[in-house]
Amino acid sequence: MSDPIEELFRTESRRVLATLIRLLGDFDLAEEAMQEAFTTAVERWPTEGTPKNPRAWLVSTGRFKAIDQLRRRARFDASLAAVADRLGNGVTPPHELDDDRLEDDRLRLIFTCCHPALQPDAQIALTLREVCGLTTEEIARAFLTPAPTLAQRIVRAKAKIKAARIPYHIPSRAELPERLATVLHVIYLVFNEGYSASSGGSLTRLELSVEAIRLGRLLTELLPEPEAAGLLALMLLHESRRASRTTADGELVLLDDQDRSSWNRELIAEGVTLVERALRSRNFGPYTLQAAIAAVHAEAPSAADTDWAEIVGLYDVLRKADPSPVIELNRAAAVAMRDGPENGLVLIDGILARGELADYAVAHSTRAELCRRLGRTADAVDSYRRAHALTRQEAQRRFIDRKLGALLEAGDGTNHVPRH
Amino acid sequence: MRYLCLIYENEKAWESLPPSEAEAIMGEYFGFTEQIRGNGKFVAGEALQPTPTATTVRVRNGKISTTDGPFAETKEQLGGFYLIEAKDLNDAIQVASKIPSARVGSIEVRPVIDFSQEMEKREQEGAGASV
Repeated sequence: MSDPIEELFRTESRRVLATLIRLLGDFDLAEEAMQEAFTTAVERWPTEGTPKNPRAWLVSTGRFKAIDQLRRRARFDASLAAVADRLGNGVTPPHELDDDRLEDDRLRLIFTCCHPALQPDAQIALTLREVCGLTTEEIARAFLTPAPTLAQRIVRAKAKIKAARIPYHIPSRAELPERLATVLHVIYLVFNEGYSASSGGSLTRLELSVEAIRLGRLLTELLPEPEAAGLLALMLLHESRRASRTTADGELVLLDDQDRSSWNRELIAEGVTLVERALRSRNFGPYTLQAAIAAVHAEAPSAADTDWAEIVGLYDVLRKADPSPVIELNRAAAVAMRDGPENGLVLIDGILARGELADYAVAHSTRAELCRRLGRTADAVDSYRRAHALTRQEAQRRFIDRKLGALLEAGDGTNHVPRH
Repeated sequence: MRYLCLIYENEKAWESLPPSEAEAIMGEYFGFTEQIRGNGKFVAGEALQPTPTATTVRVRNGKISTTDGPFAETKEQLGGFYLIEAKDLNDAIQVASKIPSARVGSIEVRPVIDFSQEMEKREQEGAGASV
């Protein structure tokens, strides 16, 4: 492909695809049509010149090619003739190509790929494939899944879209809350998979985070919902700390110990602006609140100079909006900073006693850290050991090893350390 | 008295059936349907698309939750059915969410197989043979 068309493919192929799916009513047919349209562009534009509206040209060429293809295949498969007839002649009515409609198509594509009637894994795979344009192999690699498994997942999802007739629609007002929640969840899962891989050796898989932020931007641009802005802010604020959360050799650095001068100020400024906007709407939810907490951290000059009272207050609102034991745990850690470790420890022990986080490594390592600060070395060692046994992340395991090593070396508690 | 006859079978077995055998069973089904239509015992009947097309709808705390697959809990038993006409799956989910039991149990929404083309084909073939 010549450079300008290659560039156009990068910026336009997903828009063209989104519109072709609407016009053709079929993912695979649209994918083929999009490829054909770009192939035709490569053949014709260098000699005939670039059309005035390349996007519209690509859509109508793709649609024409698809109908042509269907008619040829209809000679062998009569059912395709009906499909071709329904699509009419090869000429695309100009009003179908308005920029506004094309933008809506991108939103339709997002909502269809993240439809809650699809398996959660399939929602993620389909979104990365169709909306972001990642290849099946790229997605498989990022999620440490065999490529055939991932391909199968996408095939099944497309089959369900067709068979159960999942519509290519932007949800109505009544449907929007549930549907938006699914979309935001998919984007956040992609981000988290890139930010802290749930298993395996690499702590960050940058490309997934980049895609998630790109999706977040796209959604915020297309849909003025405060929670979409809140999620984008949350991702940007996390992303701003990426450079400082691991050392050069891949070791984990906790928030308190991070070099704040390496935080990305541009991302922080953008995140903070988005949070403020979402908060002002008074129609925000858990993502905005988490982003607000991240913003307080981002703007604090050091861990000690953080407005912990503000953070505890935000966690109070958050746990009402979205009750979860992990939020309770984070709140307990903030209380420990505001009121002292013993107060945090009481809360964490309460949460652990309820059993929900008994197998959550971070709960035990947080407890260990508070015990350490209180000088309860034996308890700290015990909790770190439990966290060590539970974590599936290599970097986290090494981090705990270092903490344990330091504790045991300090030696003042050696007599009380239980042997395992 | 009306009775609902529920058809349970291994849907995977259908997939691996040679086309000729599948065709034969289909023929048997069409024959049976015709027979009970004829003797006045038929009220309604449909074939369902396989379970990967299923969606389960529940309403909890006033919120609709939609999940992929047929996921009735083992403590839930089939208690009734509605055959509805809906524009698409979203429309069907909205209707299903208003069934009172969606608030305590679960509603499995499964698309019905459209046999209209098949019927047309059979009628054309059948008409030729019987005249």
